[in-house]
Amino acid sequence: MTAPSGDRVVRVHWVQGTDRLRAVCHCSAEREFEDPVEMWEWLLGHPVGHAS
Amino acid sequence: MTSIPRDQWYVAAYGAEIGHDLFTRTVCGESILFWRTRDGAVTAVPDRCVHRRFPLSQAPSRLVDDQVVCGYHGFTYDAGGRCVAVPGQSRIPRTARLLPYPVVEQDSFVWVFIGDRAKAEASRIPRAPWLVSPDHTTVAGMEPLRARYSLLVDNLLDLSHETYLHGGYIGTPEVAATPITTAVDEQAGIVHVSRHIDDAECPPFYAKSTGLRGRIARWQDIEYTPPCLYLLHSRIAPVGSVPGPDGADPDAFHVEVVYAITPETEHSTHDFWCVARDFALGDEEVSTFLAESNRTVVLQDVEALNVLEQVIATEPAGCQELSINIDTGGLAARRLLQRLCAAS
Repeated sequence: MTAPSGDRVVRVHWVQGTDRLRAVCHCSAEREFEDPVEMWEWLLGHPVGHAS
Repeated sequence: MTSIPRDQWYVAAYGAEIGHDLFTRTVCGESILFWRTRDGAVTAVPDRCVHRRFPLSQAPSRLVDDQVVCGYHGFTYDAGGRCVAVPGQSRIPRTARLLPYPVVEQDSFVWVFIGDRAKAEASRIPRAPWLVSPDHTTVAGMEPLRARYSLLVDNLLDLSHETYLHGGYIGTPEVAATPITTAVDEQAGIVHVSRHIDDAECPPFYAKSTGLRGRIARWQDIEYTPPCLYLLHSRIAPVGSVPGPDGADPDAFHVEVVYAITPETEHSTHDFWCVARDFALGDEEVSTFLAESNRTVVLQDVEALNVLEQVIATEPAGCQELSINIDTGGLAARRLLQRLCAAS
């Protein structure tokens, strides 16, 4: 199995014990969401709204 | 705009399907003629005579040595698609040529490149080495699906459906109940979806093949390389067993489930499936059980997706669907597919 690596990997964690998703952009910006569609729009929108 | 990405490699067949005989399959709406030449290479050309478009796979068309002779008027082509004979005259028109498809035979599959031949880089073909590894035993099949390929992508990227659609075979309650982790490698263009279940019921598919009884640890790690290749690394182990720091995992059973998702047309798909295991090597009884069980599971998906295709195809435009957390991987796959379509 190839673990995802590289400079442009985005990750989505299902926050344990909740219904929320935590999105982590390759730029290290993080944000929690309840809606996966809205979440992908934010991740895809990099760098808009990704400044920490 | 088409929903099928071009300038991509697709699995057209298993290598074992193609011998020294004419074989045809439609890939991405293109009818392709295959045969294996006497030196063992697979050749692929359009399955239409340039003269009057007669299918070259259609009897009485025939293969003579390494040349195909059209059964309608006798136009004859070599393995490179060059026309070498036409009836009644010695001059062969300059345009009498079948443009060959780039072909690579790898990991038991025959891959063809659909699109601009100049962009066909064999190094871009994703690998599934277990299928030909002496350390694994593989069973495989292919089922025709009367549904668009994206429905199968949705299906395979969200395995929570196993609990409901495949209950009693591979589904148990814990699959749908366990959260997933998703990652997208933007550069490599790969979607990863992981579900690690630490304590689960062992479904019959794994209980009968591994001999494990009672509760198990069940890991599902998906790698999808759009558009065609889907890998599910399935790990089954006694509860509490984890791989060592060096990767050694002697207590676990590993099954590599491989799908090649090849669009036939905009509304039909070739559903290639393979199950490669690292245990019970060569055991015919286990092979027969896994082949029959997996085919049953695949047919459950086929039946459901055939119905879903009819629903979607006849719905008015603008019908909304709803996505929740379990769809995170499927949504990522759609996004990569849209990107590939836009690029082509």
